[in-house]
Amino acid sequence: MDQFFLGAAVALCLLIFLALYRAVVGPTVFDRIIGAGFIGTKTTVLLVLIGFIYGRLDMFVDLALVYSILNFIGTLIFSKYFIRKGSQW
Amino acid sequence: MVAGSVIVIVLVAAGIFFFFAATIGFLRFPDLYTRMHATGKGDTFGLFLCIFGLAVYNLFDNPSWYMGVVQSVKLVSIAVFWFLASPTATHALLRSAFESGVVPWTKDGKSVRDRDEREDGP
Repeated sequence: MDQFFLGAAVALCLLIFLALYRAVVGPTVFDRIIGAGFIGTKTTVLLVLIGFIYGRLDMFVDLALVYSILNFIGTLIFSKYFIRKGSQW
Repeated sequence: MVAGSVIVIVLVAAGIFFFFAATIGFLRFPDLYTRMHATGKGDTFGLFLCIFGLAVYNLFDNPSWYMGVVQSVKLVSIAVFWFLASPTATHALLRSAFESGVVPWTKDGKSVRDRDEREDGP
């Protein structure tokens, strides 16, 4: 089962690199914000998988919970901050 | 235990498939709004399936059943929280993009606002 979790973590890392392309070259600033949120969502799953691989799920599940909450709040704050600046950036 | 492993593998593989589909849509779609449509749904359901499968695995595999139940409840709370939070974040970001003047993509290149004015007129 550890082999399967390791393979799933490697697949998620490849998807993170694919999404990083759009987050870097995205035409508008909102594409970059979506890319950051998308990478953060996959990082949440990746943290739980790392917890299973290392056998320390009691620590990593709290990290994943806090990371998902911070990801949500960061997206909301960016969307409020760029509400009038989006066409200029 | 073998049947539980099969359920976990199916759930996590389905979640990674949804992540893959959302990433393809995020790279290939022509517009900000269509990209947001792809990530907002595929991302949410992929994380829900992955975290739910891992919670089932932890419930059966943890040596202490008390810690297994506590950590599985935490994992399911991550999934439920993100199932509520991700549509909210997508909606707020879409409204922010629309109000700051990002024009939606159409097939014939005409603006959506012009089309509304033309079709609503007498």
